[in-house]
Amino acid sequence: MGTEALLRLSNINLHYGSSHVLHDVSLELSDRPLGILGRNGVGKTSICNAIFGLEPITSGTIMLGDQDLSKLTPEKRAQAGLGYVPQGRRIFRSLTVEEHLRILERKGGNWTTERVYQTFPRLKERRRNLGDRLSGGEQQMLAISRALLLNPQVLVLDEPTEGLAPAIVTDVVELINQVAQEGTSVLLVEQNLHAALAAVQDVAIIVGGEVVERVTAEALENDPKMQKQHLGLEAAGA
Amino acid sequence: MTLFFVVTLNGLTLAALYFLAASGFSLIFGLMRTVNMAHGALLLFGGYVGWSVVDATGLWALGVMAGGLAAALAGALVQIGVLGRMQGDELRQTLASIAISIILADLMLWIWGGTTYQVRTPSWLTGGTRIEVLGIGYATVRLYLMVFALSVGVGLWLFIQKTRIGAVIRAGVDDQDMLRALGYPINRIFVLVFAMGGMLAGMAGVIAGSALSIAPGTDLQFLLSSLVVVIVGGMGSVGGAALGALLIGLAEQYGLAYAPTYAAVVTFVIMVFVLAVRPQGLLGRAEA
Repeated sequence: MGTEALLRLSNINLHYGSSHVLHDVSLELSDRPLGILGRNGVGKTSICNAIFGLEPITSGTIMLGDQDLSKLTPEKRAQAGLGYVPQGRRIFRSLTVEEHLRILERKGGNWTTERVYQTFPRLKERRRNLGDRLSGGEQQMLAISRALLLNPQVLVLDEPTEGLAPAIVTDVVELINQVAQEGTSVLLVEQNLHAALAAVQDVAIIVGGEVVERVTAEALENDPKMQKQHLGLEAAGA
Repeated sequence: MTLFFVVTLNGLTLAALYFLAASGFSLIFGLMRTVNMAHGALLLFGGYVGWSVVDATGLWALGVMAGGLAAALAGALVQIGVLGRMQGDELRQTLASIAISIILADLMLWIWGGTTYQVRTPSWLTGGTRIEVLGIGYATVRLYLMVFALSVGVGLWLFIQKTRIGAVIRAGVDDQDMLRALGYPINRIFVLVFAMGGMLAGMAGVIAGSALSIAPGTDLQFLLSSLVVVIVGGMGSVGGAALGALLIGLAEQYGLAYAPTYAAVVTFVIMVFVLAVRPQGLLGRAEA
Protein backbone atom coordinates (compact mmCIF):
# COMPACT_ATOMS: atom_id res chain seq x y z
CA MET A 1 0.00 0.00 0.00
CA GLY A 2 1.17 3.50 -0.74
CA THR A 3 1.20 6.43 1.62
CA GLU A 4 -0.87 8.72 -0.56
CA ALA A 5 -3.22 10.90 1.47
CA LEU A 6 -6.75 9.48 1.62
CA LEU A 7 -8.35 12.15 3.78
CA ARG A 8 -6.96 15.64 3.39
CA LEU A 9 -8.01 18.67 5.44
CA SER A 10 -6.63 21.92 4.05
CA ASN A 11 -6.68 25.19 5.98
CA ILE A 12 -9.86 24.46 7.91
CA ASN A 13 -11.28 27.37 9.91
CA LEU A 14 -14.32 26.97 12.12
CA HIS A 15 -16.20 29.50 14.23
CA TYR A 16 -18.82 29.03 16.92
CA GLY A 17 -20.53 32.38 16.75
CA SER A 18 -17.76 34.92 17.23
CA SER A 19 -15.21 32.53 18.70
CA HIS A 20 -12.62 31.19 16.30
CA VAL A 21 -12.21 27.52 17.21
CA LEU A 22 -10.06 26.02 14.44
CA HIS A 23 -7.22 28.02 12.86
CA ASP A 24 -6.03 26.87 9.44
CA VAL A 25 -5.98 23.21 10.41
CA SER A 26 -4.36 21.04 7.75
CA LEU A 27 -4.06 17.29 8.17
CA GLU A 28 -3.31 14.40 5.88
CA LEU A 29 -4.34 10.87 6.63
CA SER A 30 -2.87 7.97 4.67
CA ASP A 31 -3.05 4.30 5.55
CA ARG A 32 -0.78 5.00 8.53
CA PRO A 33 -3.02 5.51 11.56
CA LEU A 34 -2.92 9.14 12.69
CA GLY A 35 -3.53 10.37 16.22
CA ILE A 36 -4.80 13.83 17.09
CA LEU A 37 -3.71 14.69 20.60
CA GLY A 38 -4.34 17.69 22.75
CA ARG A 39 -5.76 18.79 26.06
CA ASN A 40 -9.44 19.31 26.78
CA GLY A 41 -11.08 22.08 24.80
CA VAL A 42 -8.38 22.66 22.18
CA GLY A 43 -10.76 21.85 19.32
CA LYS A 44 -10.27 18.11 18.79
CA THR A 45 -13.99 17.33 18.60
CA SER A 46 -14.48 20.41 16.40
CA ILE A 47 -12.17 18.77 13.87
CA CYS A 48 -14.47 15.73 13.84
CA ASN A 49 -17.54 17.96 13.50
CA ALA A 50 -15.87 19.68 10.58
CA ILE A 51 -14.96 16.39 8.88
CA PHE A 52 -18.52 15.08 9.18
CA GLY A 53 -20.22 18.35 8.34
CA LEU A 54 -21.95 18.54 11.70
CA GLU A 55 -20.68 22.11 12.09
CA PRO A 56 -20.26 24.33 9.05
CA ILE A 57 -16.65 25.32 8.40
CA THR A 58 -15.86 28.94 7.66
CA SER A 59 -13.17 28.16 5.11
CA GLY A 60 -10.95 25.36 3.89
CA THR A 61 -11.52 22.08 2.07
CA ILE A 62 -12.00 18.48 3.06
CA MET A 63 -11.09 15.91 0.42
CA LEU A 64 -11.59 12.15 0.51
CA GLY A 65 -9.37 10.79 -2.25
CA ASP A 66 -10.25 13.15 -5.10
CA GLN A 67 -13.82 13.79 -3.90
CA ASP A 68 -14.51 17.17 -2.29
CA LEU A 69 -16.62 16.63 0.82
CA SER A 70 -16.63 20.25 1.99
CA LYS A 71 -20.10 21.08 0.67
CA LEU A 72 -21.78 17.72 1.23
CA THR A 73 -24.35 16.88 3.91
CA PRO A 74 -23.25 14.61 6.78
CA GLU A 75 -25.14 11.65 5.29
CA LYS A 76 -23.41 12.06 1.90
CA ARG A 77 -20.01 12.21 3.60
CA ALA A 78 -20.70 9.00 5.48
CA GLN A 79 -21.84 7.35 2.26
CA ALA A 80 -18.65 8.52 0.58
CA GLY A 81 -16.66 6.36 3.00
CA LEU A 82 -16.34 7.96 6.41
CA GLY A 83 -17.13 6.05 9.61
CA TYR A 84 -17.67 7.93 12.86
CA VAL A 85 -17.24 6.78 16.43
CA PRO A 86 -18.14 9.96 18.31
CA GLN A 87 -17.12 11.21 21.71
CA GLY A 88 -19.51 9.98 24.38
CA ARG A 89 -20.40 7.11 22.01
CA ARG A 90 -23.88 8.51 21.24
CA ILE A 91 -25.61 5.15 21.22
CA PHE A 92 -29.31 5.36 20.30
CA ARG A 93 -30.84 4.75 23.68
CA SER A 94 -34.18 3.44 22.46
CA LEU A 95 -32.70 0.91 20.02
CA THR A 96 -31.55 -2.56 20.97
CA VAL A 97 -28.06 -3.74 20.06
CA GLU A 98 -29.57 -5.85 17.28
CA GLU A 99 -31.52 -2.88 15.87
CA HIS A 100 -28.41 -0.71 15.83
CA LEU A 101 -26.68 -3.27 13.66
CA ARG A 102 -29.70 -4.17 11.54
CA ILE A 103 -30.46 -0.62 10.40
CA LEU A 104 -26.83 -0.04 9.35
CA GLU A 105 -25.85 -3.35 7.81
CA ARG A 106 -25.03 -3.17 4.09
CA LYS A 107 -25.19 -6.11 1.74
CA GLY A 108 -21.91 -7.46 0.50
CA GLY A 109 -19.77 -5.53 2.96
CA ASN A 110 -16.69 -6.73 4.76
CA TRP A 111 -18.40 -6.17 8.11
CA THR A 112 -21.77 -7.80 8.81
CA THR A 113 -23.88 -8.26 11.91
CA GLU A 114 -22.59 -11.85 12.05
CA ARG A 115 -18.98 -10.72 12.01
CA VAL A 116 -19.68 -8.12 14.71
CA TYR A 117 -21.14 -10.85 16.92
CA GLN A 118 -18.11 -13.04 16.28
CA THR A 119 -15.75 -10.21 17.16
CA PHE A 120 -17.77 -9.15 20.20
CA PRO A 121 -19.56 -12.18 21.70
CA ARG A 122 -20.62 -9.86 24.51
CA LEU A 123 -22.78 -7.85 22.09
CA LYS A 124 -24.44 -11.03 20.90
CA GLU A 125 -25.34 -11.92 24.49
CA ARG A 126 -26.84 -8.49 24.94
CA ARG A 127 -28.46 -8.15 21.53
CA ARG A 128 -31.95 -7.59 22.96
CA ASN A 129 -30.81 -4.91 25.40
CA LEU A 130 -31.55 -1.27 24.78
CA GLY A 131 -28.64 1.08 24.11
CA ASP A 132 -28.93 2.86 27.44
CA ARG A 133 -28.85 -0.46 29.33
CA LEU A 134 -25.29 -1.26 28.21
CA SER A 135 -22.09 -0.69 30.14
CA GLY A 136 -19.58 1.89 28.89
CA GLY A 137 -17.39 -0.81 27.36
CA GLU A 138 -20.31 -2.49 25.62
CA GLN A 139 -21.49 0.86 24.29
CA GLN A 140 -18.03 1.52 22.90
CA MET A 141 -17.93 -1.86 21.17
CA LEU A 142 -21.35 -1.10 19.70
CA ALA A 143 -20.33 2.41 18.61
CA ILE A 144 -17.27 1.01 16.80
CA SER A 145 -19.29 -1.86 15.27
CA ARG A 146 -21.94 0.58 14.09
CA ALA A 147 -19.31 2.58 12.22
CA LEU A 148 -17.59 -0.52 10.82
CA LEU A 149 -20.86 -1.83 9.33
CA LEU A 150 -20.62 1.06 6.86
CA ASN A 151 -17.34 -0.53 5.70
CA PRO A 152 -15.68 2.89 5.70
CA GLN A 153 -12.42 3.81 3.98
CA VAL A 154 -11.65 6.12 6.88
CA LEU A 155 -12.63 5.48 10.48
CA VAL A 156 -12.67 8.52 12.78
CA LEU A 157 -12.71 7.75 16.50
CA ASP A 158 -13.18 10.56 19.02
CA GLU A 159 -11.87 9.60 22.47
CA PRO A 160 -12.94 5.96 22.28
CA THR A 161 -11.14 5.06 25.52
CA GLU A 162 -12.74 7.79 27.62
CA GLY A 163 -14.20 6.42 30.83
CA LEU A 164 -13.29 2.80 30.13
CA ALA A 165 -11.58 0.33 32.44
CA PRO A 166 -7.90 -0.31 31.55
CA ALA A 167 -8.60 -3.87 30.33
CA ILE A 168 -11.27 -2.58 27.95
CA VAL A 169 -8.93 0.17 26.74
CA THR A 170 -6.49 -2.56 25.71
CA ASP A 171 -9.29 -4.33 23.80
CA VAL A 172 -10.25 -1.12 22.01
CA VAL A 173 -6.64 -0.42 21.04
CA GLU A 174 -6.27 -3.98 19.75
CA LEU A 175 -9.40 -3.61 17.66
CA ILE A 176 -8.18 -0.32 16.19
CA ASN A 177 -4.92 -2.02 15.22
CA GLN A 178 -6.84 -4.85 13.59
CA VAL A 179 -9.07 -2.47 11.64
CA ALA A 180 -6.02 -0.53 10.45
CA GLN A 181 -4.28 -3.73 9.35
CA GLU A 182 -7.31 -4.67 7.27
CA GLY A 183 -6.80 -1.52 5.23
CA THR A 184 -9.08 1.05 6.84
CA SER A 185 -7.42 4.39 7.52
CA VAL A 186 -7.73 5.35 11.17
CA LEU A 187 -7.93 8.86 12.60
CA LEU A 188 -7.84 8.62 16.37
CA VAL A 189 -8.61 11.64 18.53
CA GLU A 190 -7.39 11.01 22.04
CA GLN A 191 -6.49 12.49 25.39
CA ASN A 192 -5.15 9.19 26.63
CA LEU A 193 -1.55 9.39 25.41
CA HIS A 194 -0.66 5.79 26.10
CA ALA A 195 -3.70 4.38 24.34
CA ALA A 196 -3.02 6.66 21.38
CA LEU A 197 0.66 5.76 21.13
CA ALA A 198 -0.25 2.07 21.12
CA ALA A 199 -2.66 2.54 18.22
CA VAL A 200 -1.15 5.10 15.87
CA GLN A 201 2.11 5.71 14.02
CA ASP A 202 1.84 9.45 13.44
CA VAL A 203 0.65 12.18 15.74
CA ALA A 204 -0.61 15.73 15.27
CA ILE A 205 -0.72 17.84 18.42
CA ILE A 206 -3.39 20.49 18.69
CA VAL A 207 -3.09 23.55 20.91
CA GLY A 208 -5.66 26.34 20.83
CA GLY A 209 -7.27 25.12 17.62
CA GLU A 210 -3.96 24.93 15.74
CA VAL A 211 -1.75 22.05 14.70
CA VAL A 212 1.51 22.82 16.54
CA GLU A 213 3.46 19.60 16.07
CA ARG A 214 3.53 16.69 13.64
CA VAL A 215 5.69 13.84 14.84
CA THR A 216 5.84 10.10 14.75
CA ALA A 217 4.36 8.26 17.71
CA GLU A 218 7.82 6.96 18.51
CA ALA A 219 9.32 10.45 18.66
CA LEU A 220 6.56 11.71 20.96
CA GLU A 221 6.93 8.69 23.20
CA ASN A 222 10.60 9.51 23.68
CA ASP A 223 10.11 13.22 24.23
CA PRO A 224 8.79 13.89 27.75
CA LYS A 225 9.42 17.59 27.27
CA MET A 226 7.01 17.76 24.34
CA GLN A 227 4.48 15.69 26.23
CA LYS A 228 4.67 18.06 29.16
CA GLN A 229 4.57 21.22 27.10
CA HIS A 230 1.58 20.41 24.92
CA LEU A 231 -0.30 17.70 26.72
CA GLY A 232 0.35 18.70 30.33
CA LEU A 233 1.75 15.30 31.14
CA GLU A 234 4.56 14.58 33.54
CA ALA A 235 7.09 11.89 32.70
CA ALA A 236 5.90 9.36 30.12
CA GLY A 237 5.22 5.89 31.37
CA ALA A 238 4.09 7.22 34.75
CA MET B 1 -74.65 7.20 37.66
CA THR B 2 -75.99 7.28 34.09
CA LEU B 3 -74.62 10.79 33.72
CA PHE B 4 -71.21 9.61 34.88
CA PHE B 5 -71.10 6.77 32.34
CA VAL B 6 -72.24 8.99 29.49
CA VAL B 7 -69.75 11.70 30.42
CA THR B 8 -66.99 9.10 30.66
CA LEU B 9 -67.87 7.74 27.22
CA ASN B 10 -67.94 11.30 25.85
CA GLY B 11 -64.54 11.84 27.39
CA LEU B 12 -63.21 8.66 25.79
CA THR B 13 -64.66 9.69 22.42
CA LEU B 14 -62.89 12.99 22.61
CA ALA B 15 -59.72 11.28 23.84
CA ALA B 16 -59.83 8.94 20.82
CA LEU B 17 -60.06 11.90 18.44
CA TYR B 18 -57.36 13.81 20.29
CA PHE B 19 -55.12 10.78 20.12
CA LEU B 20 -55.58 10.38 16.37
CA ALA B 21 -54.77 14.05 15.88
CA ALA B 22 -51.93 14.26 18.39
CA SER B 23 -50.05 11.03 17.57
CA GLY B 24 -48.89 12.35 14.19
CA PHE B 25 -48.18 15.77 15.64
CA SER B 26 -46.11 14.19 18.39
CA LEU B 27 -44.15 12.02 15.99
CA ILE B 28 -43.20 15.04 13.87
CA PHE B 29 -42.36 17.09 16.94
CA GLY B 30 -40.25 14.30 18.44
CA LEU B 31 -38.26 13.55 15.31
CA MET B 32 -37.77 16.98 13.79
CA ARG B 33 -38.21 19.29 16.77
CA THR B 34 -40.62 21.12 14.47
CA VAL B 35 -43.90 22.36 15.87
CA ASN B 36 -46.07 21.84 12.82
CA MET B 37 -48.70 24.54 13.34
CA ALA B 38 -50.37 23.43 10.10
CA HIS B 39 -51.34 20.10 11.66
CA GLY B 40 -54.88 21.26 12.45
CA ALA B 41 -55.30 22.52 8.89
CA LEU B 42 -54.22 19.10 7.56
CA LEU B 43 -56.86 17.51 9.80
CA LEU B 44 -59.62 19.78 8.55
CA PHE B 45 -58.46 19.34 4.95
CA GLY B 46 -58.66 15.55 5.32
CA GLY B 47 -62.10 15.95 6.87
CA TYR B 48 -63.43 18.05 3.99
CA VAL B 49 -61.95 15.75 1.33
CA GLY B 50 -63.48 12.77 3.15
CA TRP B 51 -66.84 14.50 3.30
CA SER B 52 -66.74 15.27 -0.44
CA VAL B 53 -65.81 11.69 -1.33
CA VAL B 54 -68.55 10.22 0.86
CA ASP B 55 -71.00 12.75 -0.54
CA ALA B 56 -70.10 11.75 -4.10
CA THR B 57 -69.77 7.97 -3.69
CA GLY B 58 -71.70 7.13 -0.53
CA LEU B 59 -68.76 4.96 0.55
CA TRP B 60 -67.72 5.94 4.06
CA ALA B 61 -64.57 3.79 4.30
CA LEU B 62 -63.39 5.22 0.98
CA GLY B 63 -63.93 8.71 2.41
CA VAL B 64 -61.74 7.92 5.42
CA MET B 65 -58.99 6.59 3.18
CA ALA B 66 -59.24 9.50 0.75
CA GLY B 67 -59.13 12.02 3.62
CA GLY B 68 -56.06 10.29 5.05
CA LEU B 69 -54.27 10.11 1.70
CA ALA B 70 -55.08 13.71 0.76
CA ALA B 71 -53.71 14.99 4.06
CA ALA B 72 -50.67 12.69 3.78
CA LEU B 73 -49.89 14.14 0.36
CA ALA B 74 -50.42 17.68 1.64
CA GLY B 75 -48.15 16.95 4.62
CA ALA B 76 -45.40 15.57 2.38
CA LEU B 77 -45.68 18.61 0.10
CA VAL B 78 -45.43 20.98 3.07
CA GLN B 79 -42.25 19.22 4.19
CA ILE B 80 -40.65 18.95 0.74
CA GLY B 81 -41.73 22.37 -0.50
CA VAL B 82 -41.34 24.56 2.55
CA LEU B 83 -40.19 23.16 5.90
CA GLY B 84 -37.47 20.90 4.46
CA ARG B 85 -35.79 23.98 3.01
CA MET B 86 -35.34 25.45 6.48
CA GLN B 87 -33.77 22.38 8.05
CA GLY B 88 -32.36 23.01 11.50
CA ASP B 89 -34.04 26.37 11.86
CA GLU B 90 -36.97 25.35 14.05
CA LEU B 91 -38.29 28.84 14.75
CA ARG B 92 -38.51 29.66 11.06
CA GLN B 93 -40.17 26.32 10.38
CA THR B 94 -42.77 26.97 13.05
CA LEU B 95 -43.53 30.44 11.76
CA ALA B 96 -43.75 29.17 8.18
CA SER B 97 -46.15 26.44 9.30
CA ILE B 98 -48.39 29.09 10.89
CA ALA B 99 -48.45 30.86 7.52
CA ILE B 100 -49.30 27.60 5.74
CA SER B 101 -52.06 26.97 8.27
CA ILE B 102 -53.65 30.38 7.61
CA ILE B 103 -53.37 30.00 3.84
CA LEU B 104 -54.87 26.50 3.93
CA ALA B 105 -57.72 27.69 6.17
CA ASP B 106 -58.62 30.43 3.69
CA LEU B 107 -58.37 28.10 0.70
CA MET B 108 -60.69 25.66 2.45
CA LEU B 109 -63.14 28.43 3.29
CA TRP B 110 -63.10 29.31 -0.39
CA ILE B 111 -63.75 25.74 -1.55
CA TRP B 112 -66.08 24.38 1.13
CA GLY B 113 -67.59 27.59 2.54
CA GLY B 114 -68.34 28.37 6.16
CA THR B 115 -71.04 25.79 6.85
CA THR B 116 -70.80 22.91 9.26
CA TYR B 117 -70.47 19.47 7.71
CA GLN B 118 -71.33 16.08 9.06
CA VAL B 119 -70.02 13.06 7.17
CA ARG B 120 -72.79 10.61 6.33
CA THR B 121 -72.13 7.31 8.09
CA PRO B 122 -73.10 3.86 6.75
CA SER B 123 -76.01 2.09 8.42
CA TRP B 124 -73.82 -0.07 10.64
CA LEU B 125 -72.35 3.09 12.16
CA THR B 126 -75.62 4.99 12.46
CA GLY B 127 -77.91 5.07 15.49
CA GLY B 128 -77.19 3.85 18.98
CA THR B 129 -75.97 0.72 20.68
CA ARG B 130 -77.29 -0.39 24.04
CA ILE B 131 -74.52 -1.15 26.51
CA GLU B 132 -76.21 -3.53 28.96
CA VAL B 133 -73.44 -3.54 31.56
CA LEU B 134 -73.71 0.21 32.05
CA GLY B 135 -77.45 0.35 31.43
CA ILE B 136 -77.16 3.10 28.81
CA GLY B 137 -77.33 3.55 25.06
CA TYR B 138 -74.54 5.28 23.16
CA ALA B 139 -73.91 6.44 19.59
CA THR B 140 -72.51 3.50 17.61
CA VAL B 141 -70.17 5.66 15.55
CA ARG B 142 -68.47 6.89 18.70
CA LEU B 143 -67.96 3.39 20.03
CA TYR B 144 -66.31 2.38 16.75
CA LEU B 145 -64.21 5.52 16.91
CA MET B 146 -62.74 4.31 20.19
CA VAL B 147 -62.02 0.89 18.69
CA PHE B 148 -60.43 2.57 15.65
CA ALA B 149 -58.23 4.85 17.77
CA LEU B 150 -57.15 1.86 19.82
CA SER B 151 -56.20 -0.11 16.69
CA VAL B 152 -54.34 2.87 15.24
CA GLY B 153 -52.48 3.21 18.53
CA VAL B 154 -51.50 -0.46 18.58
CA GLY B 155 -50.64 -0.41 14.87
CA LEU B 156 -48.50 2.68 15.24
CA TRP B 157 -46.75 1.23 18.27
CA LEU B 158 -45.98 -1.98 16.40
CA PHE B 159 -44.71 0.00 13.42
CA ILE B 160 -42.39 2.12 15.57
CA GLN B 161 -41.19 -0.72 17.79
CA LYS B 162 -41.02 -3.70 15.45
CA THR B 163 -40.11 -2.55 11.96
CA ARG B 164 -36.78 -1.46 10.52
CA ILE B 165 -38.14 1.93 9.48
CA GLY B 166 -39.61 2.31 12.96
CA ALA B 167 -36.15 1.67 14.42
CA VAL B 168 -34.67 4.32 12.12
CA ILE B 169 -37.36 6.80 13.25
CA ARG B 170 -36.58 6.05 16.91
CA ALA B 171 -32.88 6.52 16.21
CA GLY B 172 -33.71 9.88 14.62
CA VAL B 173 -35.71 10.92 17.67
CA ASP B 174 -32.79 9.91 19.91
CA ASP B 175 -29.96 11.58 18.01
CA GLN B 176 -30.63 13.06 14.61
CA ASP B 177 -27.07 14.25 13.93
CA MET B 178 -25.60 10.85 14.74
CA LEU B 179 -28.03 9.15 12.39
CA ARG B 180 -26.95 11.52 9.62
CA ALA B 181 -23.28 10.99 10.38
CA LEU B 182 -23.94 7.27 9.88
CA GLY B 183 -25.12 7.95 6.35
CA TYR B 184 -28.87 7.83 6.76
CA PRO B 185 -30.73 10.09 4.34
CA ILE B 186 -32.73 11.77 7.06
CA ASN B 187 -34.69 14.04 4.73
CA ARG B 188 -36.48 11.06 3.25
CA ILE B 189 -37.39 9.90 6.74
CA PHE B 190 -38.69 13.39 7.53
CA VAL B 191 -40.97 13.33 4.47
CA LEU B 192 -42.21 9.87 5.39
CA VAL B 193 -42.99 10.91 8.97
CA PHE B 194 -44.68 14.09 7.77
CA ALA B 195 -46.84 12.05 5.40
CA MET B 196 -47.70 9.61 8.19
CA GLY B 197 -48.59 12.45 10.54
CA GLY B 198 -50.73 13.98 7.79
CA MET B 199 -52.46 10.68 7.16
CA LEU B 200 -53.35 10.23 10.82
CA ALA B 201 -54.62 13.81 10.97
CA GLY B 202 -56.63 13.44 7.76
CA MET B 203 -58.31 10.25 8.95
CA ALA B 204 -58.99 11.93 12.29
CA GLY B 205 -60.64 14.76 10.35
CA VAL B 206 -63.04 12.44 8.51
CA ILE B 207 -63.83 10.58 11.70
CA ALA B 208 -64.31 13.79 13.66
CA GLY B 209 -66.73 14.82 10.91
CA SER B 210 -68.59 11.52 11.37
CA ALA B 211 -68.73 11.35 15.16
CA LEU B 212 -69.10 15.10 15.70
CA SER B 213 -68.92 17.68 12.91
CA ILE B 214 -66.34 19.82 11.12
CA ALA B 215 -66.37 23.52 10.27
CA PRO B 216 -63.90 26.40 10.01
CA GLY B 217 -62.30 26.56 13.44
CA THR B 218 -62.11 22.78 13.83
CA ASP B 219 -58.49 23.08 12.65
CA LEU B 220 -57.48 25.40 15.48
CA GLN B 221 -59.45 23.42 18.04
CA PHE B 222 -57.54 20.24 17.20
CA LEU B 223 -54.21 22.04 16.84
CA LEU B 224 -54.61 23.45 20.33
CA SER B 225 -55.70 20.13 21.79
CA SER B 226 -52.77 18.37 20.08
CA LEU B 227 -50.35 20.88 21.58
CA VAL B 228 -51.79 20.37 25.05
CA VAL B 229 -51.86 16.57 24.65
CA VAL B 230 -48.23 16.48 23.53
CA ILE B 231 -47.09 18.82 26.30
CA VAL B 232 -48.89 16.71 28.92
CA GLY B 233 -48.04 13.28 27.50
CA GLY B 234 -44.48 13.97 26.36
CA MET B 235 -43.33 14.51 22.80
CA GLY B 236 -42.24 11.86 20.40
CA SER B 237 -43.91 8.88 22.01
CA VAL B 238 -47.08 7.09 20.97
CA GLY B 239 -47.77 6.12 24.59
CA GLY B 240 -47.39 9.73 25.68
CA ALA B 241 -49.89 10.90 23.07
CA ALA B 242 -52.35 8.22 24.22
CA LEU B 243 -52.00 9.08 27.91
CA GLY B 244 -52.17 12.81 27.26
CA ALA B 245 -55.25 12.41 25.05
CA LEU B 246 -56.97 10.28 27.67
CA LEU B 247 -56.29 12.78 30.46
CA ILE B 248 -57.30 15.84 28.46
CA GLY B 249 -60.37 14.25 26.84
CA LEU B 250 -61.74 12.98 30.15
CA ALA B 251 -60.86 16.15 32.06
CA GLU B 252 -62.66 18.31 29.49
CA GLN B 253 -65.84 16.27 29.63
CA TYR B 254 -65.87 15.84 33.42
CA GLY B 255 -65.24 19.55 33.71
CA LEU B 256 -68.15 20.37 31.39
CA ALA B 257 -70.52 18.05 33.28
CA TYR B 258 -69.58 18.72 36.87
CA ALA B 259 -67.98 22.17 36.97
CA PRO B 260 -69.11 23.94 33.80
CA THR B 261 -67.97 27.34 35.00
CA TYR B 262 -64.36 26.16 35.25
CA ALA B 263 -64.39 23.65 32.39
CA ALA B 264 -62.23 25.80 30.14
CA VAL B 265 -59.58 26.07 32.84
CA VAL B 266 -59.23 22.37 33.66
CA THR B 267 -57.02 21.34 30.74
CA PHE B 268 -54.72 24.28 31.25
CA VAL B 269 -54.43 23.54 34.96
CA ILE B 270 -53.31 20.04 34.04
CA MET B 271 -50.86 21.48 31.52
CA VAL B 272 -49.42 23.98 33.98
CA PHE B 273 -49.12 21.28 36.61
CA VAL B 274 -47.25 18.93 34.26
CA LEU B 275 -44.97 21.74 33.08
CA ALA B 276 -44.14 22.61 36.68
CA VAL B 277 -43.54 19.07 37.91
CA ARG B 278 -42.41 17.15 34.83
CA PRO B 279 -41.64 19.56 32.00
CA GLN B 280 -40.72 16.79 29.53
CA GLY B 281 -44.28 15.42 29.80
CA LEU B 282 -45.59 12.40 31.69
CA LEU B 283 -44.00 9.78 29.42
CA GLY B 284 -41.44 12.08 27.81
CA ARG B 285 -37.72 11.78 28.36
CA ALA B 286 -35.63 14.67 29.55
CA GLU B 287 -33.24 16.08 26.96
CA ALA B 288 -29.81 14.52 27.29
